[in-house]
Amino acid sequence: MAVFGTLEWVTAFMDAINASKPYEDAAKTWEGDFYFIIEVGGAVKEQGYQYVDLWHGKCRKVDVVTEATKDKYKPEFVLAASIATWRKVAEKKVDPIQAIVTRQLKLTGNMGKVMRAVKAAQELVNCVTQVKTEYPE
Amino acid sequence: MQFFGVPFTVFGDDSLQYLNTILGKRAFIVTDKNIIKLGLADLVTTELKKANIECTIFDGVEPDPSIETVVKAAGIAKEFKPDWVIGLGGGSSMDTAKSALVCYAAGIGPLDLAPSEFYNLRATAKLMCIPTTSGTGSEATWAIVLTDVAGQRKVSFGSYETMPDIAILDPRMVMSMPPQITGDTGMDALCHAIDGYVDTWRTQFTDGPGLVAIKLTFENLKKAYDNGKDEDARKAMMCAASMAGTCFGNGMAGLSHSTGHAIGGLFHTPHGRAVGLFLPYTMEYQINGSDETASRYAEIARFCNISRDGDDKKCARALVDAVRKLAKSVGQPLSVKETGIKREDYMKSMPDLMDRSVNELMTSTVTRVPESEDLVKLFTYAYDGKSIDY
Repeated sequence: MAVFGTLEWVTAFMDAINASKPYEDAAKTWEGDFYFIIEVGGAVKEQGYQYVDLWHGKCRKVDVVTEATKDKYKPEFVLAASIATWRKVAEKKVDPIQAIVTRQLKLTGNMGKVMRAVKAAQELVNCVTQVKTEYPE
Repeated sequence: MQFFGVPFTVFGDDSLQYLNTILGKRAFIVTDKNIIKLGLADLVTTELKKANIECTIFDGVEPDPSIETVVKAAGIAKEFKPDWVIGLGGGSSMDTAKSALVCYAAGIGPLDLAPSEFYNLRATAKLMCIPTTSGTGSEATWAIVLTDVAGQRKVSFGSYETMPDIAILDPRMVMSMPPQITGDTGMDALCHAIDGYVDTWRTQFTDGPGLVAIKLTFENLKKAYDNGKDEDARKAMMCAASMAGTCFGNGMAGLSHSTGHAIGGLFHTPHGRAVGLFLPYTMEYQINGSDETASRYAEIARFCNISRDGDDKKCARALVDAVRKLAKSVGQPLSVKETGIKREDYMKSMPDLMDRSVNELMTSTVTRVPESEDLVKLFTYAYDGKSIDY
């Protein structure tokens, strides 16, 4: 079981993405990398940055950086939320697009591009559910 | 956490007179040439001038407005510096106005709007919508739908900041709507309300407006279609369309819209006609595989006195029959074939229809979410007018 926000977790996430045929089919034209940011709050004492590079249905690279090293990557998209919101999205208790619209999940980047890849976004969430996850308490 | 929002809504006879009470200096009116020709823009500017508000008009909106049209409108707004942006017309004009406000007030491109950002648009200008159809309900939603012309697809987005501050429903604005547009836009309102009543983003707040909108539409759309001068029917449809907007705008539309958008983007079928065509097929699909949604359709059927006898599925199917009957009575096609689209062209476009509909959010805000195979069948059945049996 991997702790959410760690390199072990995001590596397991990459493996789940690259093993997923539904994701590969849905995201076959997608080009874009992300920071998934875990905001400070609760058990999270320092803002965490998970880097995920998605390219034509596969995940090419993942990494975890800190506030001090966040300039290592300049991703096209940034999605930031509290650990509680990330958990709700991962457990499918809230739709990620609905979370963006209600500002629980903050998206920086071209929303139009995301909205044209709704199926890929949904399959990405499905990949998250395949990672056995422990959340910091 | 969920949100619910409505504009301050002024409705009924002479509601345009409300304009001469608003505070402001300059109003930028976004509309189309037909609205100018009908004299409806004059009714608006006359009232604004009584409030000492200077007006300028952009009349370049086309059906299914493009991103380029928004850029043009925003350019004029940046020169004129209004403190009111007014969308006057159908959904095309209202959505163009919303998007132009974003570009003007936030200094970003039309597609750069991020719903989770706060742009403080109101520090620059407020937003008003005055519909001339009944309708898209855009006057009551934060949604914007533009057309990516090169990509032949609709792009839907928005933010709670693009919810109008004021909506004015003056019946004079809709009295000259010809029957075809009355039918098309009325079916759009019905789709919004029915889809919004059953979607997975619905709340207790959205139920009430949805149910009433559906009942008003069943009782008044045909009357308004048969006799455009029927003021009561026109007023009722204005309210129905706006309430349907409140319902789906605070929830989400459904499969009728994701399939209708796909066909509209590729074949330029008018929006209301396209979504209305797919509504009964998408309802049948839900009934066949979702007891929860069948039960919700049954509630509608009972509330509207369409069917009270029998179990949920029986009542739900009676609602589908009522939708088809209404659609036929207001000149709507009941199959894709009836729209004149050639079978060969349609089938050749199937991969594109699929790509557009699976990537619409509204395909997934239903209780029975179709996979690709089911969607292909649905599109195919809808071509021939065959009821969904799977």
